[in-house]
Amino acid sequence: MKKIGLIIVCLSGALLLYATQDFPRWGDPNSPASTHVSPRYIQKSLEETDVPNLVTSILADYRGYDTMFETTVIFAAGLSCFILLRAFKKKEDDLYYRHISTGITLHIKGDKTIPASSKEFERIDTMWTPYDLIIKTVCRFLVPFIQIFALYVLAHGHESPGGGFQGGVIFGASFIVIAIAFDLRTALIRFKEKMDGLLSALGVFIYAGLGALCLLLGGNFLNYKELATILPMDPVEARAYGILGVEIGVFIAVMAVMLSIYVNIVSEGRHDEGL
Amino acid sequence: MIPQLDIIILTLVIVCAIAAISVKDLLGCAILFGAYSFMMCLLWAVMGSVDVAFTEASVGAGVSTVFFVAAVFRTTRRTKD
Repeated sequence: MKKIGLIIVCLSGALLLYATQDFPRWGDPNSPASTHVSPRYIQKSLEETDVPNLVTSILADYRGYDTMFETTVIFAAGLSCFILLRAFKKKEDDLYYRHISTGITLHIKGDKTIPASSKEFERIDTMWTPYDLIIKTVCRFLVPFIQIFALYVLAHGHESPGGGFQGGVIFGASFIVIAIAFDLRTALIRFKEKMDGLLSALGVFIYAGLGALCLLLGGNFLNYKELATILPMDPVEARAYGILGVEIGVFIAVMAVMLSIYVNIVSEGRHDEGL
Repeated sequence: MIPQLDIIILTLVIVCAIAAISVKDLLGCAILFGAYSFMMCLLWAVMGSVDVAFTEASVGAGVSTVFFVAAVFRTTRRTKD
């Protein structure tokens, strides 16, 4: 069986290599893409959309449908992770607590607990939980910078590489850093599950809603030019702001979905103990 | 595009890819996959598509590695085959 698999992989690899010979050379000025599509974007995108970064204007305006359904795919991925993994029933496990001032570990059997507001005891995971003062302090110091960088990437998507998707991933990663350096419960206090679900749907809603708003104002779906009738600006500028609006939608959706996928995988859907 | 740099990065991509499918330790496989994504990100950056490189660095090398490590943490660290 393994040999058949290897032969099939080698054959399809050889076919792919054979097919690449028909591709135009890298940066060939006579290839179809460089003769019809690219010049149109390169010459017109700045005057039509007022966005200096060509990639952002293509992603969010000329190819706005693609990006909208990419966001929907991300949302569907988060939703399917939730449906497959989330377990609402608590596992009947013993709890472990650490006495903060002496470092003694308490193993509590049965359904007894120490209230979470306790100043003397902190709950620790069943797996080995070391003292990690350096990691916690560095993480606490680092997270604001990561989040500001994510917002910068979002806001500067018009001028420089970046945009809603990358910014959202970085912002979601900052919460994952909290969940790894502290524990999962600390991250979930800061970013509640209900808010997570609401935000991931809200992001897609902002994107599709902006498109529907253009439809209501008399234009085509996702034709941001129509926003100029309600915003005090000319149509070209309205396109730039429409692109920013959908990027914010992508940002919110991606951020929430990244955290929800991580939490559901790492805690087997029980949302109590994690990495 | 610098040919020497290109050849070095491409070789590292292939080495990472072969190592990632042949290694028995799944945690090591996840890390190798992250390294593979990072090399791909360098390759995109060398080709001049900085937006794609940025996405690859944040999603491929960053978050998906964390997802793999989380999945390994909840399943098993050694492969069956």
